[in-house]
Amino acid sequence: MADDTLFVEVVCADGRVWEGEARSVVARTTEGDIGILPRHEPILSVLVPCAAEILTTTGTEREIVAIDGGFISVADNRVSLISPHAALAKSISLYEAEAELAKAQAALNQGDIDDETRRHYNRALAQVLAAQKAGGKR
Amino acid sequence: MGAGLRELRQRRKSVTSTKKITKAMELIAASKIIKAQHAANEALPYTRELNRAVAAVATRSTWPHPMTRPKNEPDAPHKRAALIFFTSDRGMNGAYSSNAIKTAARMASRLRAEGKEVKRYAVGKKGIDYLAFRDMEIEASWSGFSDSPKYDNARDIANRLIEDFLKPHEEGGVDEIWAVYTRMESMLTQTPRVRRLLPLEVVEGLREIDPHTATALYDFEPDPETVLNELMPLYIRSRVWFYLLQSAASQLASQQRAMKSATDNAEQLIEDLTRQENQARQSEITQEINEIVGGASALSESQAAD
Repeated sequence: MADDTLFVEVVCADGRVWEGEARSVVARTTEGDIGILPRHEPILSVLVPCAAEILTTTGTEREIVAIDGGFISVADNRVSLISPHAALAKSISLYEAEAELAKAQAALNQGDIDDETRRHYNRALAQVLAAQKAGGKR
Repeated sequence: MGAGLRELRQRRKSVTSTKKITKAMELIAASKIIKAQHAANEALPYTRELNRAVAAVATRSTWPHPMTRPKNEPDAPHKRAALIFFTSDRGMNGAYSSNAIKTAARMASRLRAEGKEVKRYAVGKKGIDYLAFRDMEIEASWSGFSDSPKYDNARDIANRLIEDFLKPHEEGGVDEIWAVYTRMESMLTQTPRVRRLLPLEVVEGLREIDPHTATALYDFEPDPETVLNELMPLYIRSRVWFYLLQSAASQLASQQRAMKSATDNAEQLIEDLTRQENQARQSEITQEINEIVGGASALSESQAAD
């Protein structure tokens, strides 16, 4: 039934990262993890850096996407994940992401807490989370 | 060889090398524009989703956000408007930059006529040069990325604009922000456009949204205030990003066209010069023959006299 699938779209500033039909979406908002199933009520929520998980309609495949903040909006079985820099876990190298995270962490520890470093940190954190999650699942 | 002939040859040579340059620039622009158009199209879903989200919040929430309502500072003697315009870093773009500048100048005089103080923000070297040459004050300027902007550039610009907008009037904050960019209609037409960035004009977003989704009763998590606070900077950034990409594509399209006509013009010139050159050479040869014939007949006449 058409009512029982979600249409999911992950967009970032440089383009559409992923789109397709799904059974469920899990992402982390400022209030904690949120799971979206079909016929969810319309919601607009702020995301924190996380690895969002999309269970596709084929049932076996999971798409893990690194989200460095942004929004999730749900209406009419349409889910949009809007994030300035989103990336599919498949395209992330855990090793590189960890190195980036360590660099950002070091900068933060040195008291460098300007926007740039924080964004860098968030982005690296999201990528590490996503890469780890994808690695664990495989 | 006569001086006229040499000069013509020199001119033809120099026009030929100019033609080579313009031809190369035309080809470069043509290849870049595909990339630029691709980037502009890629950014559309992001902009569209953000528009949709902002429209949803704007239609739903009654909570006034500093960025969605006009600044209300009655004691301010005059309003201050920021005007940001997007031009190119280099010339050879036909009328691209000057069209944007003209539109911006018109907008500035309109704002002044409304009794507003205008603060100028320039993107692209041409715009900066224009203001600097006229000794006009530049609030902030950015350059070096006019034909291939990055999202980070958009973020820097947007952050500065938001910062100035949120500053209180007394500290030099602006009350509204206008943007002049060049919209890429097609390869043939690019039109400069004026848009109000802040306070919000959600008209553009609303047009694309079907009434069904726009009226959906959204739940906001954690609350509308936080969502809007997070959403607005992202939205402004995505607008600036959109303007940058549109302007970049327009610039390249305009460049390709300008270089194409320069190349055509050079070809015409070369043809004309070649003709003139042939004529000059021919007349030189004719003259030489005349001289020889004249010389020979003078010689034979003098021999006959002997």
